[in-house]
Amino acid sequence: MTEIGLGHYLSLGAVIFSIGVIGIFLNRKNIIVILMSIELILLAVNINLVSFSIFLGDLAGQVFTLFILTVAAAEAAIGLAIIVVYFRNSGTIRVEEIDKLKG
Amino acid sequence: MIAHAIFFYTFSIIAVVSAIMVTASKNTVHSVFFLILDFISISCLFIMIGAEFLGMIMLIVYVGAVAVLFLFVVMMLNVAQQKNQWFAAKDSSKHIPVGLLISTLIFVEIIIVIGGWKYKPEIFDINNSITQTSISNTHSLGRILYTDYIHIFQISGMILLVAMIGAIVLTFRQRSGVKRQSYIKQISRERAEGVEVIEVGTNKGVRIDD
Repeated sequence: MTEIGLGHYLSLGAVIFSIGVIGIFLNRKNIIVILMSIELILLAVNINLVSFSIFLGDLAGQVFTLFILTVAAAEAAIGLAIIVVYFRNSGTIRVEEIDKLKG
Repeated sequence: MIAHAIFFYTFSIIAVVSAIMVTASKNTVHSVFFLILDFISISCLFIMIGAEFLGMIMLIVYVGAVAVLFLFVVMMLNVAQQKNQWFAAKDSSKHIPVGLLISTLIFVEIIIVIGGWKYKPEIFDINNSITQTSISNTHSLGRILYTDYIHIFQISGMILLVAMIGAIVLTFRQRSGVKRQSYIKQISRERAEGVEVIEVGTNKGVRIDD
């Protein structure tokens, strides 16, 4: 219990990943919460990569985490820009009212 | 070792609770604040297990930039009218059990994989150790980031540039009826359209606004 190993960090990553997936499925408000859930999922992936990198003694995982961080920042910027444009055009970002594509 | 355990459990409990609050909070602004708390505690964990550079970078990038961006968008868009309802529509409640089922399945599968990993301890012997204890984490990370991964590093810079241009192009709008300064128009003025020489008659003066 007091010996913190790789399994503890991987379990933490699994818990946060599942919370992110739940947040995408059970979203009831707006798209911004979905974007935040995606950020949570990417954070869980980062936890896994960093803990493997530390416990296996290989730095490649931390480099990958750096690139995931970059792509996540770019994704957040583009996603928020799209949300702003959509809100400007249609006046709502509620999930159940966004049905222009009839999906 | 006991201090390691105490810090790990403290930060991970804070991280999990704030992750739950991100998805469960009624107010979107509160969700953004809990997201910030989540990133802070996870970067504390990173710093604790020895990835100092990534912990600091996560603080800078997420707490300093991405969370502020989220907060800005949430406060700019008018989402206040829907903050007091948990499940907005009746028909949205039919995919709640499906979502819970799928999320639980994913969680159980990951835990099973982790358990299988834990009972196979010889896998830890694969240790092509690039990490050296004599130099710091930032130093060794920079040493391989600018040599082995230089092309991917440049490509990630290009990704950031494309994201920046894309965000600007998406949100830029040209409004009509707004007076703007156009320096091309200013520096391409000719003398003929600016100055005019008039003969002024005696005791008559000049009417300007004709």
